[in-house]
Amino acid sequence: MNFFLEVLIGGLLSGVMYALVALGFVLIYKASGVFNFAQGAMVYLAALSVVGVMEKGAPLWLAVILAFVIMTLFGIATEKFVLRKLVNQPPIALFMATIGLAFFIEGLAPMIFGSEPRALELGIVDEPIPWILDNWNMVISKFDLVAAGVASVLVATLALFFQYTRIGRALRAVADDHQAALSIGIPLQHIWAIVWGVAGFVALVAGMMWGARNGVQFALTFTALKALPVLILGGFTSVPGAIVGGLIIGASEKLAEIYIPPVMQDLFGGNFGGIEGWFPYVLALLFLLVRPEGLFGERHIDRV
Amino acid sequence: MLYREAGQFKTSYAADQQLFPIRQDRIGVLVLLAVAFLGVPLLASEYWFSAILIPFLIFALAALGLNILTGYAGQLSLGSAAFMAVGAYAAYNFQLRIEGLPLIASFICGGLTAAAVGILFGLPSLRIKGFYLAVATLAAQFFIVWCLTKFPWLSNNSSSGVISTQKLMLFGHELNTPVEKYLLVLGIVVVMALAAKNMVRSTTGRAWMAVRDMDVAASVIGIRLMPTKLLAFAVSSFYCGVAGALYAFCYLGSVEPDGFSLEMSFKILFMIIIGGVGSIMGSFLGAAFILLLPIFLDVALPFLAELFGLPFASATVSHIQILVFGALIMFFLIVEPHGLARLWQIAKEKLRLWPFPH
Repeated sequence: MNFFLEVLIGGLLSGVMYALVALGFVLIYKASGVFNFAQGAMVYLAALSVVGVMEKGAPLWLAVILAFVIMTLFGIATEKFVLRKLVNQPPIALFMATIGLAFFIEGLAPMIFGSEPRALELGIVDEPIPWILDNWNMVISKFDLVAAGVASVLVATLALFFQYTRIGRALRAVADDHQAALSIGIPLQHIWAIVWGVAGFVALVAGMMWGARNGVQFALTFTALKALPVLILGGFTSVPGAIVGGLIIGASEKLAEIYIPPVMQDLFGGNFGGIEGWFPYVLALLFLLVRPEGLFGERHIDRV
Repeated sequence: MLYREAGQFKTSYAADQQLFPIRQDRIGVLVLLAVAFLGVPLLASEYWFSAILIPFLIFALAALGLNILTGYAGQLSLGSAAFMAVGAYAAYNFQLRIEGLPLIASFICGGLTAAAVGILFGLPSLRIKGFYLAVATLAAQFFIVWCLTKFPWLSNNSSSGVISTQKLMLFGHELNTPVEKYLLVLGIVVVMALAAKNMVRSTTGRAWMAVRDMDVAASVIGIRLMPTKLLAFAVSSFYCGVAGALYAFCYLGSVEPDGFSLEMSFKILFMIIIGGVGSIMGSFLGAAFILLLPIFLDVALPFLAELFGLPFASATVSHIQILVFGALIMFFLIVEPHGLARLWQIAKEKLRLWPFPH
């Protein structure tokens, strides 16, 4: 039972990390209807620019600020040079453009900052919390707990920002209806630039958490692939959906990794590890068959 | 002047409905086929066959498969490489386990197996569409590659799923030179491309396009969505499966599941974006472009670097390649969303009037 709980909590905490990446997708999708496949590449770019600036001798806080500036500029440039030119194209074309964008970043970022894997020191150690280890004999990583804390702070901040600031209200208006928002005088293009800036900020937080955990390397771009099942489970348009979806995916994936391979080994023989790679997708797929719009997504009604 | 259909009267339905109704097109296609079947084998070197022509034809076939699904039926798929893997492994197993099965038959069986798997993963398309479906096809990509690695039976108990394909026996004759392999691949690709060209203008093809443009409207005018979508998945996966079998048997000779990666699926997707979504010819143009671009950059970049006296690392070349790929995708989507095939169409329009301005 203890072991089950340990796996469950570990899974939930890693689910928070997935949700961090998924959040960036949701923000952009809500505000501009673009499914931004490049979010994973943006996580990579953000983490790489923090490490790259620190290598030049800057302290952590300065590096983070500079990385944020880079991400914002990058977001504005994307909006201006790519997405604005693709207005009125079908959403699938926009999606494919963001795949192109992802490749662009994956080529550009290592050219500027170097491609060798590096460590990112945030001053938090990845070790079990002794108190829990002593009393309940469970291994819960300190780092995971901090990451979960950061994620909740981030979500709370975003919620407040969306709810109470002028820009936040404008963002929600744009998300609801582009044309209506335009007609009451909300500058659509500024709003999109802001959204890309905010998504860049989320990517920066995710990049620092993932980078500190696994090292800053090309594999960071694959975080997007971890976030996709979270998105289809939670619904593309819902911030709570991203969080809940992340928790469900994280927990079920770790539990599946522990409990399914032995069963399959009994049935077929051989080694069946590595279920993590596809289990979230199949889970999300099965879920979609029952509820096509995801957990919290908006129900879609077609008109002819 | 040269390319004009004026004066070519059709006096029967058969003549009116033929695949290439304009005489110049027919001549052009025949010349192209003659060059491909006779001219190229005489002129090209071994390197050209095994490094450029064979992979070009194979990827063009895979792109054709994806184009049927994405370009004609409007269902975006990110798992084409996985269906290629199914085709490759199925063809291998059919050859291995059924004594004396002809090579072509095992390719077809490989394609049919891929089609069956394609239908299975196409089932969600009945409930979900757009991005949700695109993400769902990723499930196929990861799950299939995992299965091929983990079930030893599928790769005849070889470690980590690597298979080495059997000899290519055709009518009691063993194909072992690149030229023979090229001709085999070319023959299969030509037959399948013509079949596709015919299919997309048939009832089925029109139903696909109706579903692509608006599926609710399509179902209102009496197109049954379920068979139409599943058929698109089946046909597309069949094409990808045959391409995968050719990839394993005629190109590499030995493949592993991880070779059919997400990267490869994206490459095939890029081929149809750059070549032209919803165009048979575009699949070929796109495949040629995507395969030749890295070769071109490999040659051109060091040359340019030397010209400007820049320091140059080999890692940078691969980064620049990725960057150029990404930039080109965005460029094409912005400037010419219908790809190279559209440019060819524009050229034809111009040719009709040339050399006169009006």
